[in-house]
Amino acid sequence: MKSLRKLVDKIKPNFEKGGKLHKLHSTFEAFETFMFVPNTTSKKGVHIHDVIDLKRTMGVVVLALIPALLFGMYNTGYQHFKSIGELANQGLFDLFLYGLWKVLPIVVVSYVSGLAVEFIFAQIRGHQVNEGFLVSGMLIPLVMPVDVPLWMVAISTVFAVVIGKEVFGGTGMNIFNPALLARAFLFFAYPSFMSGDKVWIAEKADAFSGATPLALGAMGEPQVNSTMDMVIGTIPGSVGETSVIAIGIGAIILLLTGIGSWRIMFSALLGGAAMGLLLNTFAVNPFMAIPWWQHLIMGGFAFGIVFMATDPVSGSQTNKGKYIYGFLIGFIAILIRVLNPAYPEGVMLAILFMNTFAPLIDFYVIEANMKKRMKRAKVSTNA
Amino acid sequence: MSKVVKIKKGLDIPIKGAAPKELKDMPETLRFAVKPPDFKGLDLKLKSKQDTEVKAGDVLMFDKKNNDIVLVSPVSGKVVEVNRGEKRRILEVVVETTNPGEIIKHQTKGIDGLSREEIIKLIQSAGLWPYIIMRPYGIVARPDDKPRDIFISTFDSSPLGPDLDFALQDQKEDFFNGLKVLAKLTEGEVCLGLNKKNPGFFDEAKDVRKTYFNGPHPAGNVGIQIHNSKPLAKGDIAWTVQAQNVAMIGKLIANGEVTFDRTIAFAGSEVTQPGYYKVKVGADLNKLLDHTNKEEKLRYISGNVLTGTKVDKHGYLGFYDSMVTVIPEGDEYEFFGWAMPRFKHFSISRAYFSWLMPGKKYKMNANMHGEERAFVITGEYEKVLPMDVMPVQLLKSAMYEDIDEMEKLGIFEVIEEDMALCEFVCTSKMEVQSILRKGMDLMIKETM
Repeated sequence: MKSLRKLVDKIKPNFEKGGKLHKLHSTFEAFETFMFVPNTTSKKGVHIHDVIDLKRTMGVVVLALIPALLFGMYNTGYQHFKSIGELANQGLFDLFLYGLWKVLPIVVVSYVSGLAVEFIFAQIRGHQVNEGFLVSGMLIPLVMPVDVPLWMVAISTVFAVVIGKEVFGGTGMNIFNPALLARAFLFFAYPSFMSGDKVWIAEKADAFSGATPLALGAMGEPQVNSTMDMVIGTIPGSVGETSVIAIGIGAIILLLTGIGSWRIMFSALLGGAAMGLLLNTFAVNPFMAIPWWQHLIMGGFAFGIVFMATDPVSGSQTNKGKYIYGFLIGFIAILIRVLNPAYPEGVMLAILFMNTFAPLIDFYVIEANMKKRMKRAKVSTNA
Repeated sequence: MSKVVKIKKGLDIPIKGAAPKELKDMPETLRFAVKPPDFKGLDLKLKSKQDTEVKAGDVLMFDKKNNDIVLVSPVSGKVVEVNRGEKRRILEVVVETTNPGEIIKHQTKGIDGLSREEIIKLIQSAGLWPYIIMRPYGIVARPDDKPRDIFISTFDSSPLGPDLDFALQDQKEDFFNGLKVLAKLTEGEVCLGLNKKNPGFFDEAKDVRKTYFNGPHPAGNVGIQIHNSKPLAKGDIAWTVQAQNVAMIGKLIANGEVTFDRTIAFAGSEVTQPGYYKVKVGADLNKLLDHTNKEEKLRYISGNVLTGTKVDKHGYLGFYDSMVTVIPEGDEYEFFGWAMPRFKHFSISRAYFSWLMPGKKYKMNANMHGEERAFVITGEYEKVLPMDVMPVQLLKSAMYEDIDEMEKLGIFEVIEEDMALCEFVCTSKMEVQSILRKGMDLMIKETM
């Protein structure tokens, strides 16, 4: 460790101003600060700082995503062998290995293409490389169908990072959740690869139906998969979205560490349940009649509200606003899902939609605070 | 007329190195300094140039806008140094003496014998006027204002902060006299903020409005107390005075004496003789700072770890400071620090494990523990600011210099110390206090 530090110190001057490799200083800095928390001490203001930083924060979110990733790999294998009718002949490890073989390339492509863009932008701007993409890079593979061509992953990631984030000024300035933007991009640009019943299972046998519960629901045949399957996650779907248990573990990590907003998660659940109940009450078709609580474990709802809606940058930033923001995400997600059969996955659209409205919600929350203060001014001048 | 206010938000940072309540002998010091950067809102001009002989109480500097506001020499001697920084701005005016124990005498007719104007004149000429601070913006008060109320906090809740009840034990009379003096300066009330758990002798104060505060830091900050008892409205002006300075003003008006002495806490994990020391304001800290860990690179702070000023080992005690803190500098790299469990570090975030070990005290250094970033995390400032103020939005309005918005968001209610904890907990390592001060400076320039 000490010798490593010595080595870093030795090559560091090359990247500083006037050095031969100054053009790569952002890249160097990114790797240096990744390995070593810098030795900078406070210059002004407080003399002591909390040890939390953005790297730790993002690290915890990535950690919370790992259960969903691992289960997604297992499920990829499970669905594949189920579709070709060989499930009984494979061990757990074989299923996982198959999934690893399929999913890992998506993860790698997502990280490499996204980070490349981040590094280039940081370099041009003379900024430091931000940690935001550590999470986005993991989210993107988890919301993709496993059969998605890798070049599409690359294109959508680049699109999401450039248009979704960098044009606004980088991490912290973006309006939309970059990972969702990547998915939305593919959804509208290459719809045949993002929906239907072919894409959810890797190398599916043609005869086997690979439709997701949502697709089935929209076609008016809900309840092919058992509730238990949906909770455990052994159903077709995007890589990371199927297992409520794995997502639940992630949610517990986020809530316990306080990094994910309980206000958003809780109110989104409430919103989803409210819409579900409303639909149950006025049900005119089988999909509307699906018990309200089943909506909460179907499709990408759980994944969306735990990992996407809680993005602090694109979501509502005021505590009061978070309740409204979360509630409407849940409410609208189920609304779109059930009443617009063209878009079976309403969660993605609901979150992107609410990303747009988050600043407006905050605006009114802030306005209320201002009004309260200005009212005080009037009272005291009258007195 | 008293009530109890429960402060729920905030944080008592569990830092090691509290000073035991023992009064220790201060090593004799012969050099004293006034430091212009200590004084917010004054435009100071030097009167006693280098090598001038001065008597205790003689004017060293005065405010260009109001020549009656002066800084005086606490001792008789010679101006030996005028240290300047960028753009020749004066940073320190140093006086060396042979007789540090001198008492400065002023003519007084007692508290009841003097009118409001006479009291103000006397406080000004004795060099104590800068101890009266005004809200909004925490600058030195303007003598022409008629403050709505005057607020005094009687406890210091900041990390390792001094116990003011202990520090003022032998100045109770002066303190109560000071309250009487301040009552003559306002048509409103003199408001005392007391510690609910341990109000100390301050509880014996009469003819003042008492409010008891119960909760973590910043419950002891006068700004938090104002907001949670008699909040300021736009356009309101209030004055605040630190408890030790109330006693100093009381002694001046009642007895005509000024010594500039105060009892400070000497604390921090690297201090080998922690405790309380009687020191003159502006005193050379060199000998006191000898009583520290010699093995490590240290950071010396005049004041507390949140709002204090970094000083050299040869530095001087600030005009407003009631403590000196010494912590490790911590300018070392940490291998994959962000990914480590970091059991020996404190974090308010549960992303580390300190929340599982309540009661544990931590040795904390001056390392930033990360790099500055844009605002990403939300809701963390709100947890440590016990005010109905939206901290992030306020800071952003200060960054884009929107005067109207700053005002509506309540910039007149806070000063740096009130939001110092926000800076401590900030994941993005924002310089909260300096952003806020820039915003306040702009407000002063545009609206006052």
